Amino acid sequence: MALKATEEQVLYANILNKGMLIGLVGLVVTFILYGTGILKPLIPLDQIQNYWVMSVHDYLGASGIHTGWAWLSHLGKGDMLNLLPIAFLSLLTIICYLAILPGLIRKKDTAYVVLAVLEVLVLVLAASGVLKSGGH
Amino acid sequence: MLQKKFTSVHLLISLFVLFSIALISTSALASPEAAAGTAEAVEQHAWWFWPLVLLILSFVLGIFAVLGGVGGGVLYVPIVSGFLPFHLDFVRGAGLIVALAGALAAGPGLLRKGMADLRLAIPMALIASACAIGGAMIGLALPTNVIQTLLGATILGIVVIMLLAKKSEFPEVPKPDALSQSLRIMGIYHEPTLGKDVNWQIHRTPVGLGLFVIIGVMAGMFGLGAGWANVPVLNLVMGAPIKISVATSKFLLSITDTSAAWIYINNGAVLPLMVVPSVVGIMLGSFIGVKVLAVTKPAVIRILVITVLSISGLKALLKGLGIG
Repeated sequence: MALKATEEQVLYANILNKGMLIGLVGLVVTFILYGTGILKPLIPLDQIQNYWVMSVHDYLGASGIHTGWAWLSHLGKGDMLNLLPIAFLSLLTIICYLAILPGLIRKKDTAYVVLAVLEVLVLVLAASGVLKSGGH
Repeated sequence: MLQKKFTSVHLLISLFVLFSIALISTSALASPEAAAGTAEAVEQHAWWFWPLVLLILSFVLGIFAVLGGVGGGVLYVPIVSGFLPFHLDFVRGAGLIVALAGALAAGPGLLRKGMADLRLAIPMALIASACAIGGAMIGLALPTNVIQTLLGATILGIVVIMLLAKKSEFPEVPKPDALSQSLRIMGIYHEPTLGKDVNWQIHRTPVGLGLFVIIGVMAGMFGLGAGWANVPVLNLVMGAPIKISVATSKFLLSITDTSAAWIYINNGAVLPLMVVPSVVGIMLGSFIGVKVLAVTKPAVIRILVITVLSISGLKALLKGLGIG
């Protein structure tokens, strides 16, 4: 199907494509390190079943795991390292938006510059870890 | 012809049987004690048992999702939370990453072909992603039984939408609205079935943006993805051609689900041991689903998917009400 994609779309697509591949490979590789026990997890594999039946509030209390980006300080642990590619995949959209911003600015596409900046701010706010849920 | 028909029916029956066996066996294994959160009830299995079940189930769901034309998340969340021992919080976290991974994988191709339209997606995505944050926070704060009940009701609502919603290949848009004109949301694509380029434009943009508030909240709250709602709004309300609507909806999920996924990640509701088998299973299933799609009848598949959604929606509703 021959269709017309804008310059920004192609740039966005190219970054997304590379990032997605890196993320998925990372997901599988770190999972192998975790699942095979090459890297010991923070929560032992034989105990994980006791945790995934709990609500996240109880899970955090029982495991002693902290919210936000605290997992970054435990990257030597298999389960925490496995969060790295998940976080990377979740950061991809921010990277893509930042990449198309210069093109939009060059074209003086003010409305979309504003929309793109606002989207980046929304996603950075979500990723920042400052928004905490009350728990249940 | 007859052989093709047989192959199609044979494949569907096999899939349905496989799916039923998977659900019945996992449901039986995931005892009520386990579902209620009693640790002892699930200690009888090796740690890899449930992730393996998740991988197989996600694989089957991946096939069904492609065949039924729905996102993986909308099948994944009610079925996994209804029949497997994982807590709904982690199921929703995994469901969002599943939907996100699927959207990220499909996004590049759809954007390059011009099927997903960035100018159409960006304003909708901003509204939906901001509201998805609120939805995710509400979802994690509300009691599990309330969320489970609302999830069941939502899934049954989606079934009604699937039964009633019509698709419009090339909706009539006599005059684009002022907002879409000022944002220059319009495009052109080549339609091979007509053998010509099709110009498209949209209308009722403010109404569409308003509806994306609700879509965003629900996506974040239930971890469902939101293709089931994106497509009717883009196509029937705003007047984008169906192919542009479907592709842009899929791409939109990569942005909407990103914001909600971060709330789940930062609140500890993402377990890699659930996420990785689910993502791999759904992706492999989708790959097979595309091949199966060529030899199956869309109408029959649609009925199957609606049936599966109805059962899982009802199960979620009953579980939430403490009956199932």
